[in-house]
Amino acid sequence: MSPVTPSQEFRAYVNARETRDVLRFITCGSVDDGKSTLIGRLLYESKLVFQDQLDRVEADSKRHGTQGGALDLALLVDGLQAEREQGITIDVAYRTFSTGKRSFIVADTPGHEQYTRNMATGASTADLAIVLIDARKGVMPQTRRHTTILALLGIRHVILAVNKMDLVGWSRTVHEGITGVYCRFAKQLDVTNVTSIPVSALTGGNVIKPSVEMGWYHGPTLLQALETADVATDRERAPFRMSVQWVNRPDAGFRGFAGTIASGLVRPGDPVLICPAQKPSTVSRIVTADGDLACARPGQAVTLTLADDVDVSRGDVIASPTKPPGRSDQFAGHLIWMHENAMLPQRPYLLKIGTHVAGAQVTALKYKLNVESLERVAAKTLALNDIAYCNINLDRQIAFDPYRELKETGGFILIDRYTHTTVGAGMIDFALRRASNLTRHAFTVDKPARSVQKNQKACVLWFTGLSGSGKSTTANAVEQRLYVLGRHSYVLDGENLRHGLTEDLGFTAADRVENVRRIAEVAKLFVDAGLIVLVSVISPFRDERQMARRMMEEGEFVEVFVDAPLEVCERRDPKGLYRKARTGEIKNFTGIDSPYEPPENPDIVLKAGERSADELADQVIAYLRSRVEM
Amino acid sequence: MTKQRGLSHLDELESESIHIMREVAVSFAKPVMLYSIGKDSSVMLRLAQKAFHPGTPPFPLLHVDTTWKFPEMYDFRDRMARETGMELIVHVNEEGRAQGIGPFTHGSALHTDVMKTQALKQAIEQYGFDAALAGARRDEEASRAKERVFSLRTRTHRWDPKNQRPELWRLYNAHLSNGETMRVFPLSNWTELDVWNYIDREKIPVVPLYFSAPRPVVRREGTLMMVADRRMKLEPGEEPETKRVRFRTLGCYPLTGGIESDADNVPAIISEMLSATESERQGRVIDRDGEGSMERKKQEGYF
Repeated sequence: MSPVTPSQEFRAYVNARETRDVLRFITCGSVDDGKSTLIGRLLYESKLVFQDQLDRVEADSKRHGTQGGALDLALLVDGLQAEREQGITIDVAYRTFSTGKRSFIVADTPGHEQYTRNMATGASTADLAIVLIDARKGVMPQTRRHTTILALLGIRHVILAVNKMDLVGWSRTVHEGITGVYCRFAKQLDVTNVTSIPVSALTGGNVIKPSVEMGWYHGPTLLQALETADVATDRERAPFRMSVQWVNRPDAGFRGFAGTIASGLVRPGDPVLICPAQKPSTVSRIVTADGDLACARPGQAVTLTLADDVDVSRGDVIASPTKPPGRSDQFAGHLIWMHENAMLPQRPYLLKIGTHVAGAQVTALKYKLNVESLERVAAKTLALNDIAYCNINLDRQIAFDPYRELKETGGFILIDRYTHTTVGAGMIDFALRRASNLTRHAFTVDKPARSVQKNQKACVLWFTGLSGSGKSTTANAVEQRLYVLGRHSYVLDGENLRHGLTEDLGFTAADRVENVRRIAEVAKLFVDAGLIVLVSVISPFRDERQMARRMMEEGEFVEVFVDAPLEVCERRDPKGLYRKARTGEIKNFTGIDSPYEPPENPDIVLKAGERSADELADQVIAYLRSRVEM
Repeated sequence: MTKQRGLSHLDELESESIHIMREVAVSFAKPVMLYSIGKDSSVMLRLAQKAFHPGTPPFPLLHVDTTWKFPEMYDFRDRMARETGMELIVHVNEEGRAQGIGPFTHGSALHTDVMKTQALKQAIEQYGFDAALAGARRDEEASRAKERVFSLRTRTHRWDPKNQRPELWRLYNAHLSNGETMRVFPLSNWTELDVWNYIDREKIPVVPLYFSAPRPVVRREGTLMMVADRRMKLEPGEEPETKRVRFRTLGCYPLTGGIESDADNVPAIISEMLSATESERQGRVIDRDGEGSMERKKQEGYF
């Protein structure tokens, strides 16, 4: 046997690989529309399925298949054992295949309503979507939901695959009817680039080869449509943007800024602006391991060096100075909620955009979108898979672009501060200029001046604990001692404030968050006035107590955990509330049918079940003395 | 020549992987790159060099050594560590070694669990790594197609396929809670063919076992097993014969089947793949332990 020499086929192949581009697409549709079967068919017919995989699918088809023991191509795609058993796809799966013209990365996403977050995930990186419709059923609520999500995520190219044409007698009328209904809905969402193809994933008709049964159809087959779709968005002609991932400083002589170019071209000598600080500089080199580049393009991962010694760090955006990105700390935009725990306005989250992470709160829920009727509905919280339009507040200014102009600098995720899981994803629409238009007036008599006058350091003693644990009693005893010592103080009592400041709020989780936010804002003002503020409020959630802590300056917030066991509080029941909660007369009662999250690292723990209010008050005073507050 | 729009497929894959590696370097306190000596590891190594050029990658290499690799793999590993200047950590499950755990005596399942899965957990805990870069690809096996690029592991190193973080755009969530670790897969979107095309284009060195050569083999349970060292006991009637074979994947030699082939260079391998009818995992004994075996191993902490 002689060694193999590269064939002509190989040489043609190697040439093609330098020019062949990649199309990322997503398939979506209702359960049983045949998505997995369709992708299985694409893989099978483009000869990307190996014999051993096929053997396994054949064996599986006999055990789990839905085609009566015949080859079930969906099993090529449905990977997880759990899914095979249930016969449905439960998560987003990525597949790759290629033809002579293009490489494809397919996101297969589930049709089950509760898994909408997976669809949004798959759509976020897609250039194009295949929307599957069962020809027997037509446009379903799920079809509308999916198309709405596609539109929100900025997908403008849709291939409508009207599947199971074999089951409607290959009817042209059925196909045209469905196409009409779908296109009218899609147009409302600005999805105007729709190619409708009648197919049968089961027989393969119009998937790769034209269907003999549907001679009336003269458009492209599914594969042809995929191979020829022009999804180029002229990112090269858009203004230059690169989020800095990492500052590369291998030695004192080199300082480069590594990142992936989001849009625009860049060349050595180009003037740039470092955002959001808006400091100007000039690109000196485009460094790569394969040598310096004369020009770099969108999608390329490079390292830039700058002519000036400007301060640049991770999260900054290096941008075109003539068309720089916006700068703000408040936005309006869409938010898709992706977690079982509800989104609560004012709750602090982390927001990641580009390579930047900032603290964030949803300050106003404008409306929830009914994704089937496109109606706007009022909402106080968001549940899993809800889509809303809202205002978002950040703890610092960032550089951004509207999502419709550039996904890389306009899309963000929200991360829970405790579990660190991804709870939501959003698209920035525009900046709210409110805060930057209001300039803070600087007053001469400030907090330090007032502290000197009162001979004390202002702070907040935040008493948290169950109802009946003794928060207010202890706060009262502490204030008596402060008064005797000549200190200036004030008690903010959650219960009393419900007669005025917070009278419009109830006891749902969302209202509790707003309740704590308002009290914390007032406490902050009183601290600014130089007072020792005693806040007595159940404040059951860690997130909001953290929020209150962050609103104050370092060292100003003292978390006092009034720790009394539930049985003790319930036995005391000073206001008869536990009894009412147990009989169901009042709802959302902390400790009974609403959770209390104890502090993880409180500054003071008061064992309120074991000691008297006077003893506890002395403990607090001793703490304050030890901290030079007094 | 037509004017080329955008990046080619390989360029785009390369950039994406570099982006992911840089995110890992800045997002974790103590990342590590798993180095298994195979072709995917070779590509990972080259990508890491590119990502942090002109510096060296800011993380060490970790080889979880089952002690049953082909001898040529060890030579290659040490050469690569020398050439890249990266720190190489070799970890063996010493308890397993003391008990003499091996594929011939204990079977592939137990051997893999003790010397690979448990050994990896040990190494991660011992060195306090909070993120491990690995070269797994989504095209390798069905359950991998559903795995995230940033894939969370619980305190006990388990992967929970039903409780994965949604991963949108390129916004990878690298936040960990106490005791959790991250596995990160920069080659998620690559295929076996992409890997070989990249090796060809970039002239990346790989272990010679990938290339066809006359090697002593015996046929066992339908696979060609190489007689790699003296620990391999021949069964009655077995006689090693010399065949021109190569390997599509490299692991423990008793668990890695060779294929008869004349492909002795990278272009020949690519040509052969273009007309191949069997997937690369076919040669791995581990996948055939039963249905869903890879999914189960992953949940237990195997890559």
